[in-house]
Amino acid sequence: MSTTAVQTKTNWWNGGKSPFNLEYGKLMMWYFLMSDAFTFGAFLISYGTVRFSSNSWPDPNHVFNAFPLAGEANLPLAFVSLMTFILIISSVTMVLAVHAGHNGNRKAVSKWLIWTIIGGFAFLSCQAWEWAHLHHEGAWWGSNPFPNANGTVASTNFTNFFFTITGFHGFHVFSGVIINIVMLVMTNKGVFDRKGHYLMIEKAGLYWHFVDLVWVFVFLCFYLI
Amino acid sequence: MEHNSFFPEVSMPAATHSDAEFKQRVRKTTILLSVITIIELIIGITIYNMHKGEHPSAFLVLTFKGIVCILTLAKAFYIVSVFMHLGDEIRNMIMTIVVPLMLFIWFIGAFLWDGNSYRTNRNRYDEFKKERTLNRPERAGDTTQHGFGG
Repeated sequence: MSTTAVQTKTNWWNGGKSPFNLEYGKLMMWYFLMSDAFTFGAFLISYGTVRFSSNSWPDPNHVFNAFPLAGEANLPLAFVSLMTFILIISSVTMVLAVHAGHNGNRKAVSKWLIWTIIGGFAFLSCQAWEWAHLHHEGAWWGSNPFPNANGTVASTNFTNFFFTITGFHGFHVFSGVIINIVMLVMTNKGVFDRKGHYLMIEKAGLYWHFVDLVWVFVFLCFYLI
Repeated sequence: MEHNSFFPEVSMPAATHSDAEFKQRVRKTTILLSVITIIELIIGITIYNMHKGEHPSAFLVLTFKGIVCILTLAKAFYIVSVFMHLGDEIRNMIMTIVVPLMLFIWFIGAFLWDGNSYRTNRNRYDEFKKERTLNRPERAGDTTQHGFGG
């Protein structure tokens, strides 16, 4: 039937080339990220299960309504939007760093990595402020001052899940920033120029984008719905 | 690309985009992600204002939340496909990532259903269903002595 068409196609499994056309470390990074997606997925789904099994749940708009230096102003969603945009922008600067790496442009890689690291620190500072603010209001693991949306006293499930999941995500952001700093030092020392390729930046980039990806879902589950 | 000589078996598909094409693609995706996020925020504020009203329509709130979920999946698609260049990889490789992730369809459905049924069971608990096989005086060996399991 279509044997002629098959012959003209590249046969990736004939040997001599990588069947997935990927370097080993990058492929393994993908599989690590897939398993990490299941870890985060399990966390968020257990949160969903507990929330579905509760008759009422605290309204996120009443819990997360503060903004730094805004005093007692009621600003639902404002601060978390800022955090979301910080992470999206730092993801974009990482894309630019990876692209600069493709072109072997050391200066540009270094510049965009610095912006990405600044974005990462900005996000972490925001999260630290939010945690400190909630802690100040009496929220922590095992203590929940916020009532349910229907006015009843809430269990500590809400704060337990919030601090565990945003904490786990924040730890990923933190390790991502550390990885990016290591990449920056290696770039500036010319390690990748000597190697002749910037594939390490690509792997760090995959990790960093994944952190952004997870935040998209944390943002959805805790703040939007 | 000269760095192909380091991995002769890999031909670096992601590197084949020209500079201008790449820049345009990143710009488009950034704008798209921002616009989707802004729409999500508008819907979030709408839900907030609906809850302030007298009788928020449960159906409408659920619809808005559903729309936000779909928009989030769209964002996830663009991040993975463009920023992480998964869209540029070989189909077989994409499938080794995407097919296992289909487990989430069962994962989310089954566990949310489970949570919901647990709530319903508790709310509609019927004394008639109470365990009656232990309808006899409790003996020392039936429970642990330190308060657990009783």
